[in-house]
Amino acid sequence: MKKKLWMFAVLFFVAIVAAACNSDDASSDSEGGDKVEIFSWWTGAGEEAGLNALIEVFKEKHPDIEIENAAVAGGAGTNAKAVLASRMQGDDPPSTFQVHGGAELNESWVAADKMEPINDFYEEQGWMDKFPQDLIDLVSKDGDIYSVPVNIHRGNVIFYNKKVFEENGLEAPTTYEEFFAVADSLEAAGITPLALGDKEPWTATQIFENALLAVLGPDDYRGLWTGDVAFDDPRVKEAAEIFGQMLDYVNEDHASRNWQDATQLVANGEAGMTIMGDWAKGYLAHDLGLETNVDFGYIETPDTDGEFMVITDTFGLPKGIDNVEDTKKFLAVLGSVEGQDAFNPLKGSIPARVDADPEKYDQYGKDTMEDFKNSALTPSLAHGSAASEGFLTKANQAVNIFVTQRDVDQLVQALMDASSDL
Amino acid sequence: MEKRKKKKRSKDQWTAIAFLMPSVVLLFIFVYGFIGWTGYVSFSNWNSLVPDFSFAGLKNYLYLFGDFRFQADLRNMLFFTLLFIALIILLGLSLAVLIDKKIKGESIFRNIFFFPMALSFVVTGVVWQWILNPSTGINNFLKTFGIEPMWYTDTNILAGFRWGEIEFGLPVAIISVVIAAVWQLTGFALAMYLAGLRGIPDELREAARMDGASELRIYRKIILPQLRPITAAVIIMMAHISLKIFDLIYAMTGPGANFVTDMPGVYMFETTFRGNYYAQGAAIAIIMLLVVAIFIVPYLWNNRRADK
Repeated sequence: MKKKLWMFAVLFFVAIVAAACNSDDASSDSEGGDKVEIFSWWTGAGEEAGLNALIEVFKEKHPDIEIENAAVAGGAGTNAKAVLASRMQGDDPPSTFQVHGGAELNESWVAADKMEPINDFYEEQGWMDKFPQDLIDLVSKDGDIYSVPVNIHRGNVIFYNKKVFEENGLEAPTTYEEFFAVADSLEAAGITPLALGDKEPWTATQIFENALLAVLGPDDYRGLWTGDVAFDDPRVKEAAEIFGQMLDYVNEDHASRNWQDATQLVANGEAGMTIMGDWAKGYLAHDLGLETNVDFGYIETPDTDGEFMVITDTFGLPKGIDNVEDTKKFLAVLGSVEGQDAFNPLKGSIPARVDADPEKYDQYGKDTMEDFKNSALTPSLAHGSAASEGFLTKANQAVNIFVTQRDVDQLVQALMDASSDL
Repeated sequence: MEKRKKKKRSKDQWTAIAFLMPSVVLLFIFVYGFIGWTGYVSFSNWNSLVPDFSFAGLKNYLYLFGDFRFQADLRNMLFFTLLFIALIILLGLSLAVLIDKKIKGESIFRNIFFFPMALSFVVTGVVWQWILNPSTGINNFLKTFGIEPMWYTDTNILAGFRWGEIEFGLPVAIISVVIAAVWQLTGFALAMYLAGLRGIPDELREAARMDGASELRIYRKIILPQLRPITAAVIIMMAHISLKIFDLIYAMTGPGANFVTDMPGVYMFETTFRGNYYAQGAAIAIIMLLVVAIFIVPYLWNNRRADK
């Protein structure tokens, strides 16, 4: 009897160890085969529809290749990024994944040597002159290209309530001087001038980066991220002061709202304006059912005419995947006019290619495509294109403190301290 | 005879040890091993996506203790824990005493108070985020009385004075979080105290009454001292929850304006998985472990002495 128990105990132990070892093999087995796993954080209404439309286009062309949509919801991509980080570090990369062009790609995955350069693939597809050079630069490091942009969002846009503006006889502001005049009039009329929802602090960072762009201009704004312009430049302080002044005009409960809640304030006329990337247009038009240029209007943020804060979703080719050819076929569809025109009208963004069909897009899309071709493109800090995630995390913290304390010197000092992590 | 018995017992013990071994080994690898690994990482320079295990000394710890956000986290953690535990003991004990009066429908009351414990902190967080939302929540009702608190968006610090980078004092916003946490976990203290009260023999009260002690005096001199071990257990159980709290904060308020509702757990998550500061995140984890250990170790020590 005792002996049997002994044997059992030993067997039990061996079984556990064996199972622990085995499960590794099993999981790597199931990853093989033809499945192309597409990793993204596109789970919202419009973006999910766009991704599915893109997958449909792919399926028509390659019915034999299976696609797995591995989207992770929540936190404007922050949850997905956490999952991605642990998968990449565990050498279990998805076939391809969503990543913002710029530092989020170059300073993290490319710097960590986890991405395959795809210059030859660009040549093969004839894409070198189909994307703007500024954009290709954004997905390149040291002359090698690492991902394929699928869409473009603009970060420097003010959305305003047209009816509120008409009733108060106001014009959309084009300079900060006009902005503050408009804000004063709105406040006098008992309307919150600027809606902000900074429960997640990147929304406030976005206002700040647009002030930086306005004061520094596109070249020196880019210089901040390459180290050519230091953060103790007096113009950074000036931008911080403008930012602080703008915060005097926001809704009192900003810390309890996210960007959608803030946009709602503009939609129902409680607030006059909000500064948000142009995904807010999709929210206003589709989710809230408002009419573009009738209920709400749009204009670039003050003093940034001819400048375009780019947020671009891109997909690259991680090292160490075993279905490279199939994944490349997916990237080819992703970068094609057909693929981009299937995805973008639904997502509410504009195509990254310059030769897409404007007729497929609404008035806002057409205007933005025109601006995209003729503007200086600058990388967004708030969305990870300008600087590493490490710098961004610290910048967001500094901005969060600034929103309450309004200490300009402290903000500048925090940015200086963080700049070693650029 | 004597010898055989001894031998037999040791064989039994060996079997028991053999059965315990797998879980002990797994625990050593997956709990203590990884604690050690986290400690190792916290002394390294791994603060980007590229692992870098070179020795950094106390750099990560020094950074944290000089950091506005982490100082705010420690302050919030302290006041949250104090308020939360004090309220939970007070409410749990009062409710238990009332229910112990053998009122009609006792089990219904017990279940009502106990039920919130069945919910996830995420659910509690979302619900209380709505209730305490300064513009759409309970303020719509309170407005009629002319008060409109800012709840968890309030950035004021009560009785604050400057200490290090931060203003040290009670952050008003933390009270909202305490309300939600107390609502969720009072049932636990209630159940513990109820069991404790049931364990006190009626003869004790009877005897006291015979001696002419008032009810209040009976509670103060007889019942409460008997409940001391229960209180210790409640404090231990609740302290380790409140010191490590993450999900409630994350679902309800986030770090908050000026980090008034931030906690080390939230900072750890964000700095590790958003900022890729792995070594800093590991340092926060180790500090949290040490803080919890301050509570747990004396308790375990005490138990060990009591066992002997």
